[in-house]
Amino acid sequence: MAETLKVAMPKGRIYRQASSLFREAGVPVPDDLDDSRKLIVHVPEANMEFIMAKPVDVPTYVEYGVADIGVVGKDVLMEEARDVYELLDLGIARCRMSVIALPDWKPALHPRVATKYPRVASQFFRERGQQVEVIKLNGSIELAPLIGLADRIVDMVETGQTLRENGLVELEQMFPITSRLIANRVSYRMKNDAIQALCDQLQAVIRI
Amino acid sequence: MTKPKMFEKPAGVKDYLPEAAERLRQVETRVLDCMRRWGYREIITPTLEFYDTVGAASSTSDAKLFKLLDKRGVTMVLRSDLTAPIARVVASLLRDAPLPLRLSYHANVFRAMEEGAGRDAEFYQTGVELVGDGTPEADAEVIALAVACLKAAGVDRFLIALGHVGFLNGLFRETLRDCPEEAEHELKDCLLRRDHVGYRQRLRELPLSAEAKGDLEGLLRLRGGKEICSQARPFTRDPLGFSSLDHLCRVFEALEDYGVSEHVRIDLTMIGDFSYYTGVYFEGYAADLGFPVASGGRYDNLLRQFGRPAPATGFALKTDRILEVVGGRILERTRRALVLFDTAGRKAALQYAAQLRNHGGWAVETRFLPEDETLEVAPERLAARNGERDAADERFAPDAAAQSGGPERIRLPDVTAGGTRAGACLVQGVRYDEVIVFAEEGKAWRKR
Repeated sequence: MAETLKVAMPKGRIYRQASSLFREAGVPVPDDLDDSRKLIVHVPEANMEFIMAKPVDVPTYVEYGVADIGVVGKDVLMEEARDVYELLDLGIARCRMSVIALPDWKPALHPRVATKYPRVASQFFRERGQQVEVIKLNGSIELAPLIGLADRIVDMVETGQTLRENGLVELEQMFPITSRLIANRVSYRMKNDAIQALCDQLQAVIRI
Repeated sequence: MTKPKMFEKPAGVKDYLPEAAERLRQVETRVLDCMRRWGYREIITPTLEFYDTVGAASSTSDAKLFKLLDKRGVTMVLRSDLTAPIARVVASLLRDAPLPLRLSYHANVFRAMEEGAGRDAEFYQTGVELVGDGTPEADAEVIALAVACLKAAGVDRFLIALGHVGFLNGLFRETLRDCPEEAEHELKDCLLRRDHVGYRQRLRELPLSAEAKGDLEGLLRLRGGKEICSQARPFTRDPLGFSSLDHLCRVFEALEDYGVSEHVRIDLTMIGDFSYYTGVYFEGYAADLGFPVASGGRYDNLLRQFGRPAPATGFALKTDRILEVVGGRILERTRRALVLFDTAGRKAALQYAAQLRNHGGWAVETRFLPEDETLEVAPERLAARNGERDAADERFAPDAAAQSGGPERIRLPDVTAGGTRAGACLVQGVRYDEVIVFAEEGKAWRKR
């Protein structure tokens, strides 16, 4: 029998969409895993083991090979810059990373940008020759321009609802973001058949 | 940065405690021995090299080189691999040595890495270079040797992925004729970063026929055994692509003749650093370890930079990672013996210790027992019954042979008059396979 495939799944927002895509592709993933407190779930029918992880940790698990493959947002993938295979664009959890500010924003003398993605943000501004101070925050990024911590923020925008409610506007869309299927460098070889089969199944149901 | 505490050391470097050092040494010895059997002779090069020579020629990117200045202000590097230093030696000291040359090495190398998974700043490489033979048979030889070395090191389940830089170069040159110049670089960069999504995305944006796009996307699936040779044939009519594929297939056929092709998979998207590798490129993977344990390939342009143009191929095993795979297993263990003596027993004890050291297979410690102290020696079985074997002792647990044979049956030279064999014992929490005492029991030492 083939070896079990270990899959790192992100808890939270992406999980439901990812699990329904997997089910559509014929992989029987329960859809209520996210609510349970179980961290490791076996699905013997598919010969898979699902590891419920904090999204930002998924690339780490996969790079170290404790998970063979994983589902993770492109935003996290860019920020973490881990050495993994990026196999498929799953086309789910679609949103964008944007530069956001108050409507009356004008270039500041000492520009400061608050974000959850300091690596992506500093590279983005550096490549444009802009000198900004990047401030790493862990949540409620929208607060930063409202209370004067930063004049701009870099954050994910899905519908724009949160921005509108806080009176903020998108200055610029940086990258479109979707969730990706990633694989460990060694697992990609050692468990090639299982991973390729899953890719084919998923590719058949992905809508991009 | 704040001043480091006295016990701290720089990020990315490691201490190897006795057990780990012993195991690393065993892996290294076995691998070097395997290489020697294949006719490769070991070479030692300096840790420091000039930045402008070896530093510039190495495949390590500038940002990852450890640089320092000597007292005249000349930039030096800590070697980041052994391939460039060996190329320097082959082109200078060994200039008159006839080719082909077969050289092996084991050394620590240095890379200034970002912190993260398995990225040590100093690590160990054991490898070979085969200089002066450009045939597919030479490539097959180093791959077959890599397989033999992995087996010798004790890695059971492993795979070698094999690609050829020339196939991709030829294919891209032919297919991307009418595309913007940077397209080829961007596509290769995606493959190098293992970003298949980005590769497909970039392809979609290129002004190519649907058929060409299909071919280039199909590349991502060209993985497998010998069948890939025929499957890839229709992809390219470019002479470079074609000859590269031929070369690759001859390598695979030779590997079949070596009897190791079951360990090898072809993957035509496998590319190493393009500025460095010129032909076959391969990586080795072990089950249960997230990172490659070996990499290598053909680098026909490197020797030219040192003034002696010659084809060359080779590989390096990442010895400290192999240790992670086989580390839990004890390859072979040296038995520990403790010879205790008091003043009267000293001569007999030291003579016996010398005899036991010559006997082989034993690490023999000697220890003087002062008159005014009493050392407690607990026979192992008794100690085990009393639950005194703690976790620390487990590391010194006897191997299966010693256990099944029992301590009494371990072969060792006859103990001379005045000495007593106490068998396997715990002495101050440390386990010895054999304790031999040249002192009167009850005074300087006592059994518990």
